[in-house]
Amino acid sequence: MSAHTGRFRLSLARLWAMVVKEFIQMRRDRLTFALLVGIPIIQLTLFGFAINNDPKGLPTIVHVADAGPHGRSVLSALRNSGYFRPTEEAVSRAEIDRALELGRVQFAVTIPAGFERALRRGEHPQILIEADASDPAATGNAIAALSRVMTNALVHDRGDVTPAAPPPFDIAVHRRFNPEGITQYNIVPGLIGVILTMTMVIVTAMAMTRERERGTMENLLAMPVRPIEVMLGKIVPPIGMGAIQVAVVLLAARALFDVPMTGSFPALMIAVMLFIAANLCVGFTFSTVARNQLQAMQMSFFFFLPSILLSGFMFPFRGMPVWAQTIGECLPLTHFLRVVRGVMLRGNGFGEVAANAWPLVVILVVVTFVALRRYKRTLD
Amino acid sequence: MNGELAIDVTGLTKSFGGRNVVDDVSVRVRRGEIMGFLGPNGSGKTTTIRLLCGLLVPDAGEGTCLGHDVLREGEAIRRQVGYMTQKFSFYEDLTIEENLAFVARVFELDDRRGRVERTLERLGLGNRRRQLAGTLSGGWKQRLALAACIMHEPRLLLLDEPTAGVDPKARRDFWDEIHELAEDGMTVLVSTHYMDEAERCHRIAYLAYGQKLTEGTVDEVVAGAGLSTFTVDTPGAAALSRRLQGRPGVDLVAPFGNVLHISGRDGAALRATLAAAAAEGPAFDFIADRPTLEDVFILLMNQSTDNFA
Repeated sequence: MSAHTGRFRLSLARLWAMVVKEFIQMRRDRLTFALLVGIPIIQLTLFGFAINNDPKGLPTIVHVADAGPHGRSVLSALRNSGYFRPTEEAVSRAEIDRALELGRVQFAVTIPAGFERALRRGEHPQILIEADASDPAATGNAIAALSRVMTNALVHDRGDVTPAAPPPFDIAVHRRFNPEGITQYNIVPGLIGVILTMTMVIVTAMAMTRERERGTMENLLAMPVRPIEVMLGKIVPPIGMGAIQVAVVLLAARALFDVPMTGSFPALMIAVMLFIAANLCVGFTFSTVARNQLQAMQMSFFFFLPSILLSGFMFPFRGMPVWAQTIGECLPLTHFLRVVRGVMLRGNGFGEVAANAWPLVVILVVVTFVALRRYKRTLD
Repeated sequence: MNGELAIDVTGLTKSFGGRNVVDDVSVRVRRGEIMGFLGPNGSGKTTTIRLLCGLLVPDAGEGTCLGHDVLREGEAIRRQVGYMTQKFSFYEDLTIEENLAFVARVFELDDRRGRVERTLERLGLGNRRRQLAGTLSGGWKQRLALAACIMHEPRLLLLDEPTAGVDPKARRDFWDEIHELAEDGMTVLVSTHYMDEAERCHRIAYLAYGQKLTEGTVDEVVAGAGLSTFTVDTPGAAALSRRLQGRPGVDLVAPFGNVLHISGRDGAALRATLAAAAAEGPAFDFIADRPTLEDVFILLMNQSTDNFA
């Protein structure tokens, strides 16, 4: 090879030197290594076992005003379909409304008074099925399955051998809170929570590690400033940032997507503040564990992944197995989504918000406790 | 108040991962005194300073710092101590003025604006107050750090290698200021690698491998080492150095340009060896000289390495 091409030649020895060095560094950087191995495992587990776009066993409130045999068999047909799982019985209209508004149930089934008599007279009485359609994906399949379920429902009872005969009653389906099944109604309010989770955790996760990395931590520790002062001092400024993000999404929700705001705005704001604080505290806790800013970023990402997949933002919460729902219940986003959808779509006020937001307070207290325990006043 | 001890701790011990980084160290510093900590890298100087200001909790030891118990009253000590870290530890993305204001707020100082203003003026940084601290040169960073450390008028100043990487003029100015502060009654404990700085301290202590090997004034430490030193002025210093290495009585040989410093604890043996070497030829003249602090410290370092191994 001539001298002047030699300058551009790829040296395998030099390349190998780089490869060896990179391997050594990669092996020492345990968290990156864990991320490389952990991400595929987590993704496989979540997408393979947790996420289900055909949720079954949806909690259903039942109002039986006529306890006749046909009504009963309709209910058992609903249960047997696998989609409906009667969890409570209502004695009044108000109870149904409350259960739906709180998001406690996905469906309400009402068998009207005089159902049996009207059926016998061939008057085609109506069974009312109300769906909380704020998440169209959660109710879609169940509603689609209704007509088949009902056609088969009374076959057995009537001793009829022609299964294709239409049932002698009608089913009225009310898609409440989002009658047109607009996906944006569900997604846009949820986006407030997702954006806050993404940004707020990272902001504080970086905060303490930055002090440590730049060597300013030592000075901070030598000064008479208390851990709670450091923590609150780090948390207060990003709250303002979070508030701006919320304002942007809310304005867009109204102006671009026509998402209604049917509930109490002040109640929502209180929940937003709680949620922002909870996320900031989670980030602060990460920053007391992470040794550098890269690790803080990686931990935030580790937190973000289940938050977005298991909270009910992208996939119906009720479609997931119990273990995944349990993890979901530990995430602030899960509870905030219930609140924000409740307020914007289901007209929730302070009472309903409090009923859905209290876990945020628990998470906030627990995480703050952990963070302050982890924050060391010494360099030990 | 003279003779009152600002620092009085005994048996200070701290280990990391089973290794004693500070091992049974006692420190006594009188009020208004400048105490120098010397010793090789990793000798426990920084750890000792961190133990004194409550940044680390000692495994063993007891005593008082400014009259407060070092184990239980870290909070009270923190308020009265100025600690200047080895690495610049103020905020590089804040301006000079913002950094000073932050410190003033954290210490809850009265007349914050006035203090910041006076500090800026004394530093001569009034017209650069809005400059980011990160853009300052090493010498200016060090001056800013010192100014920030003494803004709350501490009674004790702990300086951890404050002049590392700073030019000689800035170092001299820095030490002039330290002396002024000490004259006003501030006690200063400073770690350093520079011998000229050690000589500006009232007293020095020498640490190696976590243990305090010697302590006293510079003269006391030099005399206490019992070292005899000879100098040889010869163009062949390096060759002569190799010839003398390891001969009886020769503990240290160090060339300084054309001048060779030869030291040993056994003065008679050293003189005999030099005379014999000069007789062997090529001949050279040797004259008795006063050992320098550096000679003493290098000897101490070599000895402690031997002890450690």
